[in-house]
Amino acid sequence: MTTQILIAGFGGQGVLFAGKVLSYKALMEGKELSWLPSYGPEMRGGTANCSVIVSDDPVGSPIVSKPDVLIAMNLPSLDKYEDAVNPGGIILVESTLIERKVKRSDVNVFYVPATRLANEMGAPTLANMVMVGKLIAECDALTHDNLEDALHKVVSAKHADLFEINLKAINTGYNYKA
Amino acid sequence: MAVVFQKPKSLTDAELHYCPGCTHGIIHRLVAEAIDTLGIEGKTIGVAPVGCAVMAYNYFACDMVEAAHGRAPAVATGIKRSLPENVVFTYQGDGDLASIGMAETVHAATRNENITVIFVNNAIYGMTGGQMAPTSLPGQVTQTSPYGRDVKVAGYPVKICELLAGLDGPAYLERVAVNNVKNVKNAKRAIEKAFRNQIEGKGFSLIEVVSSCPTNWGMTPEKALQWVEEKMIPYYPLGVYKDKTEEVAK
Amino acid sequence: MAEKVLMKGNEAIAEAAIRAGCRHYFGYPITPQTELAAYMAKRMPKINGVFLQAESEIAAINMVYGVSGTGKRVMTSSSSPGISLKQEGISYIAGSDLPCLIVNVQRGGPGLGGIQPSQSDYFQATKGGGHGDYHLIVLTPDSVQEMADLTALAFDLSDKYRVPAMLLADGTLGQMMEPVALPEEHVNRVEKPWAVTGTEGKRKHNIINSLYLVPEQLEEKNLERYRRYKAIEENEARFESYMMDDAEYCIVAFGIAARVSKNAVVALRKEGIKAGLIRPITIWPFPKKVIAEAAEKVKAFVSVELSMGQMIEDVKLAEDCKKPVVLCNRVGGMIPTPDQVIETVKKIAGGNA
Repeated sequence: MTTQILIAGFGGQGVLFAGKVLSYKALMEGKELSWLPSYGPEMRGGTANCSVIVSDDPVGSPIVSKPDVLIAMNLPSLDKYEDAVNPGGIILVESTLIERKVKRSDVNVFYVPATRLANEMGAPTLANMVMVGKLIAECDALTHDNLEDALHKVVSAKHADLFEINLKAINTGYNYKA
Repeated sequence: MAVVFQKPKSLTDAELHYCPGCTHGIIHRLVAEAIDTLGIEGKTIGVAPVGCAVMAYNYFACDMVEAAHGRAPAVATGIKRSLPENVVFTYQGDGDLASIGMAETVHAATRNENITVIFVNNAIYGMTGGQMAPTSLPGQVTQTSPYGRDVKVAGYPVKICELLAGLDGPAYLERVAVNNVKNVKNAKRAIEKAFRNQIEGKGFSLIEVVSSCPTNWGMTPEKALQWVEEKMIPYYPLGVYKDKTEEVAK
Repeated sequence: MAEKVLMKGNEAIAEAAIRAGCRHYFGYPITPQTELAAYMAKRMPKINGVFLQAESEIAAINMVYGVSGTGKRVMTSSSSPGISLKQEGISYIAGSDLPCLIVNVQRGGPGLGGIQPSQSDYFQATKGGGHGDYHLIVLTPDSVQEMADLTALAFDLSDKYRVPAMLLADGTLGQMMEPVALPEEHVNRVEKPWAVTGTEGKRKHNIINSLYLVPEQLEEKNLERYRRYKAIEENEARFESYMMDDAEYCIVAFGIAARVSKNAVVALRKEGIKAGLIRPITIWPFPKKVIAEAAEKVKAFVSVELSMGQMIEDVKLAEDCKKPVVLCNRVGGMIPTPDQVIETVKKIAGGNA
């Protein structure tokens, strides 16, 4: 099985970091994977996106043009990528910032008010982790098992104090039901 | 029988290709004498430029590297960073050091690379046949300034010692000349000091040697030396422009 | 095998270089290879190595020249516009028969171009780049794992043949992360009696030089160098064959284009079209023999490139006009999609599939 994930949003929303968490989770599960960021001036305030492919076989092209899973962190990202999602795929919509509904009926859609949930936790910058949690809950590519191990790889020792809040944010998303 | 005069050990037996009356021969000798005096021939690596001294690698008996035009300070930086215990010098002309290699010169100086730079300023491109150099004097006639260097068109000469002295980096900057015995003796002292600075870890030392080019200046060797005294030295005053070697030693 | 870690391609090159004994790095910032320099800046001071941000690409390659002359492993990295600036130094290094590693994480051009991935420096990398008759050994990774593995190999080949090596990657491979098993520490110690290390009064002076004013001497230098190039062509051409056994349509692609093409091969096979892929791992020497052999069996070739069609010339030379060769490409930082490759193959296959 190969799952192509596209995470898209504003620069600063932690799109690349969210991709890294998923990548390490895949690595710890013994899967093949690739992580590819958009790069350049976009990093600084424009749109940012990140392609993550998780597979049982070696990954071919690391570029995700037809995602199986789309995490849309803002409206421009949903506008841009909604039509690209494979039929039967998943769209996770950050519903605090995106007010409109997904137009398509051939995909599974989950509305997650991640920014609000993160704010309620006192960690407004962790909406990305809430979405990661929801993705793990809804997508068969990855499991919740040993999540801490993967997170330890990504949250550096320097920021060890942020580990618990990141874990909490992921679990908040994982357990969120609309 | 006592030997009272001989060729420095640090020069090979190769016959120099320089023109009659050219002062490169003197400056080669001063560099070689400094290497001999300090007993460093076995650990010295020289970097030759592009210009009249391009084949200096045949004349110095130490290991030698031939650099691209202007890049000698960068090449020397690589060598010195690789072999910090060795002694590394560059031997460059004015076109090489002050024109095409200006960036390499300034940055090696500002990094205070622990190397020795011998800068031969004869105010002209010699090897290519006498074109205007960055150090050609205002009004100086060359192949590419046939009506004399017009500063309104070609700008002013570059004064390397003065320019580099504005940097915090370099350890030692001195301008000398080789147009008479007194100046040659002084140049010998300065060049030796520049090598000693490196051995003592004091950093970037550059000796600018005001030199002559009878062939391309269109003068007899004697007249050329006179021109150095009357025209070059007034524009490029001799002396020490920066000396941090004492403070570094503290 | 070593435990796999997640790394960016640019970082994998840096770490692999260190493990191959490289302790000298000189560079100048440019997107999209900057992570490589940043990694070196972090690591080198801790392992008694040298990281120096040079004043320009030109200075950096000349610092490489200096270190290489002393016989030590040394590298620089840049991206397309910066590699153009280095060409002078590269020609001198080649002309002085010095080994080193130059990494080009390509971006779109010409001129300042863009910062997105490209393969449009193929000619520059394989046909010379600077002035004079010379070649680089050019290796083209297609994964983060190969970014590491081919870095180690590049140092070994460069030392062995006294020919500078280039790792030709692109922005995608430089920026992407994949699991990588880093190569073991290895230093392939080739004797370098030519190095300038100080005579110690024990030998005649060594000279690192590319100037030969006597034409007969310069000719002999060139001929000697080309004898080494011939040995490299005979022994060091590397490639991967993917589903080529019964292939009727042969895609030729390297680097990121090969990864896209692999997806296309799998998809085409599902539709009953017998496609295969030859992926050059060295583009100089170009794997001519395997292409020539394929020309006896396949119906057509498709050259998939992120350029206006540069490698396609080598494909045509290698297959000697025996079969049609079609270009499938995107440029300017765009990357062909598997669908584009599939459509190209289908179009050639026409009713024959």
